Order: sequence, then C-alpha cells, then structure tokens
Amino acid sequence: MAQLARVGARRAVQLPLLDGFVWLVRVAALLAVVWGSYRSLTSGRLTPGQWRDLVVIGLSQGAVYALIALGYTMVYGVLRFINFAHGEVFMTGTMAAFFVADALSRTGLWTDQVWIPLLAMLGVAVLTSTLVAVLLERVAYRPLRGKPRLIPFITAIGASFFLQYAFAGLFGVDVKNFPPVALFEGKLDFFGFRFLKTQLLVIGSALLMMGFLYAFVEKTKTGKAIRAVAEDQEIARLMGIDVDRTIALVFAIGGAMAGAAGFLWSQHFGQVSFRTGFLPGIKAFTAAVLGGIGNIPGAMIGGVVLGLVESVSPSLILIGLGIPAAHQLKDVVAFLALVLVLIFRPMGILGERLAEERA
Amino acid sequence: MALLEVVGLTKDFGGVRAIDHLDMHVDVGEIVSVIGPNGAGKTTLFNLITGMIPPDEGDIRFEGRSIVGLRPSQILSLGIARTFQNVRLFPEMTVRENVMVARHARTRAGVVSALLRTPRFRREEAETRRRAEEALAFFGPRLVGYRFDQTAVSLSYANRRRLEIARAMASDPKLLLLDEPTAGMNPRETQELTELIGKMRDEKGLTILFIEHDMRVVKGVAERVIVLDYGRKIAEGTYDEVAHNEQVIEAYLGRRATA
Amino acid sequence: MAETVRAVPREVPLGAAPPAFAARDITLRQVVRNGVLAGLGVSFVTAVGMVQAFERRFIVSQLSLDYILVVAFPLALGYLAGRPPPVLEGFEAPRLGAKNVLAGLLAGALAGLVLMAFVGIFGNFDVRDVFTNVSPEALARITFGEGLFEGSLAMLAVQAAFGALGGALNLVPERPRRAAFLAAVWVVAFGLFSPLVRQVLDNLGFPFLRYMYRSVSGALTRTGAVAVFVLFFVLSLVAKGSRLQAGERFRALPESQRRVVGGLAILAVLGLLAVLPHILGNFLSEILNFAGIFLLMALGLNIVVGLAGLLDLGYVAFFAVGAYTTAVLTWDRPEGLAGTLPGSIRWGPELTFWEALPFVILAAALAGIIVGTPVLRMRGDYLAIVTLGFGEITRLLFLSTWFKPYFGGALGVQRIANIEVFGVEILSPQNFFYFIFGFGVLAVYASYALQNSRIGRAWTAIREDESVAEAMGVNVVAAKLWAFIIGAIIASFGGAIFAVKVGSVFPRSFSIEVSIIVLVIVIVGGLASVPGVILSAIVLTATPELLQELAEYRFLIYGVLLIFMMLKRPEGFIPSRRRLRELREEELAQDAWLRAARAQREREELAEPVPGS
Repeated sequence: MAQLARVGARRAVQLPLLDGFVWLVRVAALLAVVWGSYRSLTSGRLTPGQWRDLVVIGLSQGAVYALIALGYTMVYGVLRFINFAHGEVFMTGTMAAFFVADALSRTGLWTDQVWIPLLAMLGVAVLTSTLVAVLLERVAYRPLRGKPRLIPFITAIGASFFLQYAFAGLFGVDVKNFPPVALFEGKLDFFGFRFLKTQLLVIGSALLMMGFLYAFVEKTKTGKAIRAVAEDQEIARLMGIDVDRTIALVFAIGGAMAGAAGFLWSQHFGQVSFRTGFLPGIKAFTAAVLGGIGNIPGAMIGGVVLGLVESVSPSLILIGLGIPAAHQLKDVVAFLALVLVLIFRPMGILGERLAEERA
Repeated sequence: MALLEVVGLTKDFGGVRAIDHLDMHVDVGEIVSVIGPNGAGKTTLFNLITGMIPPDEGDIRFEGRSIVGLRPSQILSLGIARTFQNVRLFPEMTVRENVMVARHARTRAGVVSALLRTPRFRREEAETRRRAEEALAFFGPRLVGYRFDQTAVSLSYANRRRLEIARAMASDPKLLLLDEPTAGMNPRETQELTELIGKMRDEKGLTILFIEHDMRVVKGVAERVIVLDYGRKIAEGTYDEVAHNEQVIEAYLGRRATA
Repeated sequence: MAETVRAVPREVPLGAAPPAFAARDITLRQVVRNGVLAGLGVSFVTAVGMVQAFERRFIVSQLSLDYILVVAFPLALGYLAGRPPPVLEGFEAPRLGAKNVLAGLLAGALAGLVLMAFVGIFGNFDVRDVFTNVSPEALARITFGEGLFEGSLAMLAVQAAFGALGGALNLVPERPRRAAFLAAVWVVAFGLFSPLVRQVLDNLGFPFLRYMYRSVSGALTRTGAVAVFVLFFVLSLVAKGSRLQAGERFRALPESQRRVVGGLAILAVLGLLAVLPHILGNFLSEILNFAGIFLLMALGLNIVVGLAGLLDLGYVAFFAVGAYTTAVLTWDRPEGLAGTLPGSIRWGPELTFWEALPFVILAAALAGIIVGTPVLRMRGDYLAIVTLGFGEITRLLFLSTWFKPYFGGALGVQRIANIEVFGVEILSPQNFFYFIFGFGVLAVYASYALQNSRIGRAWTAIREDESVAEAMGVNVVAAKLWAFIIGAIIASFGGAIFAVKVGSVFPRSFSIEVSIIVLVIVIVGGLASVPGVILSAIVLTATPELLQELAEYRFLIYGVLLIFMMLKRPEGFIPSRRRLRELREEELAQDAWLRAARAQREREELAEPVPGS
C-alpha cells in the first residue's frame, strides 16, 4: 500500500487492473497501427494517386460530419446534453431538399439556371432542419431541463426514432435519388490531388460556414450571450439574458448547420431515405468528441480527422494487417476511434470546454 | 498518537489555491473542529482526505501510512468515513438500505453467494441489517421502526442529516469527518447533536474532525480548533485561544466589513 | 396528487384559516392549444397512413380501430382543454360546470377545423409524390365517404362532440372516471386482441362466445362490448382499493406465514404458466415465445439500466454473442463437405445445446468485460453512445468477410441443432414455451435475489449517486463490471434460445433496433420493477406480432412512448412496489410533517425564547 502513494502524486493511482488493461489496449492499438501501415505502404498495393484520392474522400466526408457535429457541440456546450436526435434533424433537411429538387428538376430552371434550384434546396433544407430542431427543443427537451442527465437523453432517443419513422410514414421508406446537377460534374486538380467538383463544393462551403459561425459566436453580442449561458445559466439570467431564447437559438443554429450539411450531402451522395440521419449522426457525435465537445473549431477538426480515419485507415492499417475486404469495416473503425478517444483522451484533440464537468 | 497527519497539503483549482501548504494532525480520540470563513477550503480539505479529489502536493497519512492516491472506497475501508455539507443520501433507497450500503466495505458476499442464498450469505445479510439498525438507533427513536422502510427523500431535513451520520458510523470508521453537521437544524436539534458528537467519541470510541459554522457547537464539543483562511492554517488551539486570536477576528470580521 | 401538497408555501400560518383566493381557471390559451394539437394529431395519423391501415380492424361491431384513433385525440385533448389547473392549498378550487364542457367542445371543434384545412389542402392538390400515404381513399375515410366538404363538416361535428365529451369528463369524480377509462381501454383491448381472447375463451369452454364476438370480422358485438365495459368498470371500482389492501395485509403477516402465502402464490403462477400454452394453442404460443426471448433480454437490461443506472444502448451485442456462440458450437456440419466448399464455415464442434451452454456463459461474461471495462469511468450519456458503438461493431464483425470462415458472413450459420431435455427434443411451440419460461423464471429469481443483496444495494447506490457510493466504500468498478457481466449472461441466454428456435442466425437479426425495443420495454415497464418489465415485454412485443398492421408503426409508437414516458411518467407505467408505496407515503409523511410543524410552532411560542436565536 505504502509504495502506491508518493508524496505529491498528481494522478490518483487507481485500479491497477483496469489501468493494466487500458495500457494493453493502448500498446496493441499502437502496434496495429504501425505494423499495418508499414506493411501497406511497403507492399505498394495502392499508387500514390489512389492514396491521395482516399484523402480527398476523407476530407469531403469529414466536412459533412463537421457541419453536423457543430449542432452536437453547441448544444452540448450550452446544456451538457447530447441531442441524440440531431442526426434526424440533418435527415429532415436532406429530405426536404430532395422534394424541392424533385419538383424543380422537371422545370427548365434545372438546366438553365441551376443556381436558383440549388439555392432553393439549400434554403428549404436549412429552414426545415432549423424548424425541426427548435420544435424538438420546445416540445421534448425544454420541459426536462434540470432533470437528471439521462432523462432528456432517453427522450432524445425517443425523438430520434419518432422522427425517423414519422418520415418513413409520411414520405415512404424507399431510397430517394437526387437528380444530378450538370454543373457539378467533372473533376479539378490541385497539387496532384484530384477533387470531384462536388467534393470541392462540400469542403469549400463547410469551411465558409464554419468560419461564419465561429465569427458569430466570438464577435457578436448574441454570440456573447450564448457563451454566457454556456458558462452559467443562472448568472446569465441575472445579467438580463433571455436564457430560453438563447438556448432555442443554439438549437436553431445547430439545426441550420445540419440543414446545410443535408444540402451538401445531397450533392455529394445523391441519396436520402429516412435512415440517412442515424449513422452520420452518431459519427458526427464521434467527431465532436474527437475534437473536444463544446468546442467549435474542435468539431471541425474532429470531423476532418474522423473522415480521414474512416477513408484511409481500412486501406492503410487493416489491409496491412491482412484483413480481407477491409472497406466493410469502415464503420467499425469509426466506432473504435470513438472508444479509443474516450479511453485515451476524453477531452478530445482541442480539449473540452469545462472539462471538470465530466465526473 | 496522531491518527491523521496532513503534511504540506496543497490543492489548486485552475489558479485558485484552495489549500495552501497545510499541516495539521488529529490524535486518536480527539474531537477537532475546522472553522473558517466561506471559501476557506474546509470542504476541499475533506475531499482531499477522503480521496475524492487528488492533491497537487503534500501528503496525507492515516495511522502512519500515506493514503494519497487511494480510491475513496479504499480510504473508507481503512477507517475514514464522512458526511457531506449538502446532505448526499441515496434518495430512492430506504433509510435502512442507505445505511446498509456503508457496510459494503466490511462485508464480502459476492454475486454467486447472493444467487445461491448460501448460509454464509444469509448470516452476513442479517448481520448487515442488524448493524445498520444499530447505527440508526444511535439517534434514539427518530430513525427506527417504521422509518426503516421509508425512502430517504421522505425524511425531514434534520433527519436526513442524522441518517447521513448514521450511514458514516455504520462503516466502523476510526475517524469520522462531519461537514457542517448542524447546518439547517433548529437550536434544539443543534444542541442535541452537539451532545451526540461527544457521545460518539465516549461510547463508540470515534475520533472526530468536523467543520462547523455554529460557534456554540464548536465551543460546546471541540477540544481543539483549527482555523483556515484562504487555504492556510491561521490559528490553532482551544476555542478560547482562537476566539481571541487577532488574525482570526480579522479573518472573520475583516471579511464581513468588506462584504 | 403530491404536487398540490408540496406547493404549500411555508410562510402560510398553519393554524390560521386558509385565505380563500380563487385559483386560476381554464384559459382560452389552454383550449386553443389542445384543440390545435388534437387536429394536428389526427392529421398526422392520417398522413402516415394509420387511418387506412387500421380500417379493417373492427373493434366493436362496425366500429374500426381507425375511427377510435381519430376520436381519441379530441377526447383526450378535450379533457385536457377542460381540465382546471392544479389547485394550491389555501386556494378555492374553481367551480366545475358548463364551461369545462364548452372548453372541450371548442377544442374539439378547433381540431375539426384543423382537420378540415388538412383535408382541404390535400384533397384539392395532388401531393402523393411527396406524402405517399395521403391517398384519396384515406381522405375519403376520414370524411366518411361523404365528399370532402360535407364529410369534413360531419367530421368536425364528430370531433366537437368528442371534445365536449372529453371536457365533460372533468365533471365526473375521479374514481368513476378512472374506472370508466380503464373499462374503455379493456373494451378496445378485447376488440383488438379478439383472435387471442376468442381462442382462449374457446379452449376454456366459455359459453357465451358467439354472443360476445361477431364471427366474421372478429369484432366485439354491442352486447359483448357493454358486458366487458360493465365488468371492468365494476372490477376496477372494487379492485383498486382491495389490491393495495391485499398487499398491505400480506406484508403485515408474520414471516413464516408470509413465506407460505408467497410460496402458494408462486405455485399458482407456475401452475398457470404450465397450462398456458395449451390454452393458447400453437400460433399464440409461438408469439408468446417470441415475447419470452425479449423478456429475458429485458430482465437482463433491467439489471444494467434499472438497477445500476448504466444506459447500455448496445445490449443487442450480448444477445448476438449468445446466439452466435450457440450456433457455431452446435451447428450440424455436413459430413465431408466442411471446409471444402468455397465460402462455407470451416469449423464446428457439433456440441449439444447443454454442452455449449457453459461456453455461451463464458463468452457472454467475456463480452461483458470487454464492453464494460472501457466505459467504467464514463458518464451516463457517453456510456450510452459508446455501448451503441460496441453493438454496431459486434454486428459488423459478424457480418464481415474477415470472420466469414467462422460466422458465415451475411449467410449466417444454419442447421443449428435442436435442444434435448431428458431425451425429449424441444420442437413444438408448447415445449419451447416451457423451456423459455424456465429460463425466464431463473432470470426473475436472479433479479430479485441480486436486488436484495450486497451487490444489489451497491448498484442502486451507484445509480443514485456514484461518487457518494464510492465514498461510502462501494467498489464502483467491480459493481459496474458485475452489472455488465450479469446483464450480458442473461441476454446471451436469450440469444442461445433464439438461435436454436429459429435454427439459423443472421447478422441482420442483431441491429440497433433490438436494443431500442428492449430499452423501451424496460422504461415503459418502470425501471427496476420486475413485474412491470414482464408485463411490458409481453404487451410491447406480442402486440405487433398479433396485429401486423401495427408492426409498421412500431418504432413510431415506441418513439412517442419514450418521449411521453420521460415527460410524464419517468417512473414507468407500473412503478416498482417501493415507488408506489412511496407515492402514497409521501402524502402521509407530508401531512405528519405539517401537523408536527404546527405543534412545534405552538410549543415554541409557549416556551421561553432560546438564547441567541
């Protein structure tokens, strides 16, 4: 016992067994990554061009995750609450964009003035997602504010399934294909990286929106109010900030970003169904945790990192380890990333705001 | 002989020094009170001793060996039990169950014996129950009888405080840490609890370290008083000694004047 | 309710006569809100296609489920529109009367108007490309086939009438109202589950069956409906008090007698279970077996979520581990072909079920440790998402090409051996019933035995306040790991039985939806309440099996149920005995507290003032 305790021990020397296990996992993960990468890179199975393609795919995928992750991260930053239904907020926007696209694709606008339908899609997607997010907050979450953490969380699970199957009931269970946009067909080259135009669109717009959002939260008065509410609701209230409105606003912004992500999704993947939101939702949450939840630039970095991990690591690590058909396991890799991050660096890459909150 | 020894203990909270190179000790069989203005670091001290937060520097020794780095449950099984400033019970559990939980560290029955209901399990369960009821009986008729099966939330505030103390006592501690045991009690209840604190030492042989704001309690039962301010020990001695200490008066009155 | 008592302001002098302030009465806002909600609700169920899906399910005579659903909204929300807000003590309750009925009527009419707008929009513009279920037939259905305008006017009248009825319910005293509500629910249940009820009554030789049910549509006859209503109305009036009394009396018995009575009750339940599959027949037993597998999982999850408070969203992983371990160890390998066919499974020791069982337990315990260890230090919501991740990882690994030589990939494992018990092969639904419920009884026993033990108290303490539990000496790490292990083992039994029963396992049987179903069962049943979990497992899983048209809306309903439960009844529909007792006791304790406080005040006024206070 005595040797366990050192004078000035910074970290509690706890659970030797558990710590041993965690160390084992740590070493195994590191070995797997190094050995797998080494084997893959030396085998020359993929050309440098193919590696670069994977990176581009990861970047654009990650940009979509990052936009959705913003909703998780902002709501979490303010309420310490994981909005499990946020993936469905994203899905509703995507679905709305589909119906706009479907209606307008039969008109001349689609071929002549494609910017107008695209803007309409974006607008409707943003509007729908915002509305759904705000309604969710008002109907399901607000009455539960201040309750034990798991109660609103279970409500959010219920809301997630309700939204999925309400949309299945209202709009059918089939997978809906977006009409192609001629403008976005083709590729561009930058520094030897080949980008599809849609990928450029996704990465560019995601960057732009996140820049705006960051500026909004850091520079404007409303942004200050949001940060004040995140810091301490009671004090913010005393300072004359309308806490309910500010929280609704946070949900609205998260919803708007998810709607925008929905639009970009439609151009990138071209498909939507009532299930579209679930997996990207969970992955976006992973991205938010990866970057440090509650942290806006963190969401961005987390999204990109997760996108890259998902697209590159099956080919880089898993194939190197001799695992067949590794691309099937990209979701496994994403979930493992979540588990590993939470074990090794639970505050995320950039650090969680208010890290002492996590008990 | 010192039961608890604190040497050079320091704890920072993001730049704020809650405990600042604190040295103190509690001898076997003593009743010691920790006082100090709000924010002096008293509860932090308790959290450090019970292992709920790790110290930045310094050492805490219990019966001569360091307990820094041990888990709270390990520290409890060594013999340090505590109560909380803002009573923290298990609200949905009954009064008896609340106390029975504290016997966890003193019992061994595992999942298998619980499933098989072995004779040893039954014996241990009956013993746990008896010990819990015994601890509750320490407070007279207040927590016994039909109260055993009431949930903790249904108790009055004073009874919740008593239940919390009973829970701590049931774990067979050597050292009992009480965090403002009389807060929220009326004068009569305070008086009664003051007597009980003495009784815990005399009858149960417990050593007691307690935080208190009510000076009548401190005066009534503490044999030695330690005064904290800004995480430092500014005075130590009998109640009368510290009550006339310049620094102590300044810490209390000076603060009050500016507040 | 307890809230009215708790809201007593402490400053009100307890001895004084209460000041007679008039309490708030119903507001227009309340009426409009509930009316619009009702209208939107009806429009929503029409738009998702429920109305059409339910139109052939006759409940009473010609009345089908869709119309019951359509009028349930104005009825319920008309009731809420006409309900006066809770009265604080010291305030005079507003007098009930015509205005409550009127409020209901208004709300119902408003609902009708919203519905009219819905019909107007969807009837005149063809939006079927978008709203796939808003067909002309559906619109005709909610307008009684009378044309869009006339029909929706008629519907408006119906909605208003039911709204008024709902409002009028406020005038009925609580007890008969509750009894009437329960009786009405029973009538609908008897109509809904007519195949089941008829089969059971028929097998029992019930004489009036043909007067009670119509032979073709299976709906209750009017006589039958009235009979059921009256029966349950009277029963619930009489039984409510006596059930509680029976419980009290049981607990008041001395220990030895209590054991005898308890033993007899258990024997009676077991006896009932023994004859049940024969009363139900093959088809219904099959459904019950299905429910039984979910029940096993729910009992396991109840320990993890209900007792220990660890929200595991990847619970299906343990079910999958149990199923796949059983499958791989017991599947019947065709002689000589093994490993030679491309894509076939390479390995199979062809154990019997009983030989495989210890390995199943071992694998499940291992899975519990693997999932449990990394999440031990995580907070509740993080834990939920990480376990969800583990659930998906498990499914994806079983599906992967990587493990195909062992688990068969998407093709799964087939030809799983049957179970033999004492030389009898378990094949018939009835035998499976006994088998599953044997495990079920074990799981129920384990739940109770663990709940009232050292580890059970540790779990509850962790659920209530983890850091205090740790400070009070509970080894939180070990207790949490045990919760995962026990939960995993119980779920793996479910999986093992599932594998044998179906005869094959496929990865797609182990999706996240299974975890959600089990979670809904546990939450609706009332966390930590074993009888509640049993009942909700049977109702929630057997209903969609019995009523195929409901199956499509299963997750929609589950989602609403989860939200509703958390908003209104977080303790579950059937709270554990303790919480029920507590709800009653809280009122008593509060009364006692009020009396004591008054006495204390009087004493203190008489006594000399305490020095220094």
